[in-house]
Amino acid sequence: MSSLKFHYVVDKTDFTRAGEASSDVKGKLRKMGCDPEVIRKVAIAMYEGEINMVIHAKGGVIDVEITPTDIILVLKDNGPGIADIEKAMQAGYSTASENIRSLGFGAGMGLPNMKKYSDEMNIDTVLGVGTTVTMVVHMK
Amino acid sequence: MTVKELAEKSGFEALNLGEEGTRDITGIYCCDLLSVVMSKGFSGACWVTIMGNINAAAVASLTDMACIVLAEGAAIDDMLIKKAEQQDISVLKSDMPIFETALKINGIING
Repeated sequence: MSSLKFHYVVDKTDFTRAGEASSDVKGKLRKMGCDPEVIRKVAIAMYEGEINMVIHAKGGVIDVEITPTDIILVLKDNGPGIADIEKAMQAGYSTASENIRSLGFGAGMGLPNMKKYSDEMNIDTVLGVGTTVTMVVHMK
Repeated sequence: MTVKELAEKSGFEALNLGEEGTRDITGIYCCDLLSVVMSKGFSGACWVTIMGNINAAAVASLTDMACIVLAEGAAIDDMLIKKAEQQDISVLKSDMPIFETALKINGIING
């Protein structure tokens, strides 16, 4: 059985639009009759990734592949890269600005949430070049 | 209890009733930090918060919560309501503080 592929561009500045790509994927999975808990996991993991791209990397692109067994999310940006992945994975560690915090984000939960809600996660980052996060959520 | 029933019994103003308020409420959740809500908010939750910006709509939708209750008579961004209408998210408004709001909701749905 073949897979479905979708491509999204995450706008670099528009914080109010963050979440549109995740919402779109959520809608598609729902129409496909996907398990609600799987949909929730994908929606949360992807939204956190989107927010990270807006906060830290001036946007980026997301490729989503839906196969009969998995949902694969590849989030790629050309941002500053992550200096210390171990620290970034710690809940509560954040480099977000005050402005971002006033919006309710930047509490250092993004990457931990992405890890929590995906079944597999890999971070490929190079300082000054960018970051690619790959997440896989298994279908039930 | 559905969101519509809660709106009627609480007297909280319904700024938008998504899915005509038919969603069932499975519990109450209070938090203002969206990063934490993304982690802990649960499906079917009645989410009590003062965070009245557009991102609250995205968070409520993506975590599959039943409704948002904006407490403390919090300032509400017009874009939040617009987004809520687009995405079928219920938004109620309370002038009471968060704790009293949640307590009242608890009395109605569990009392």
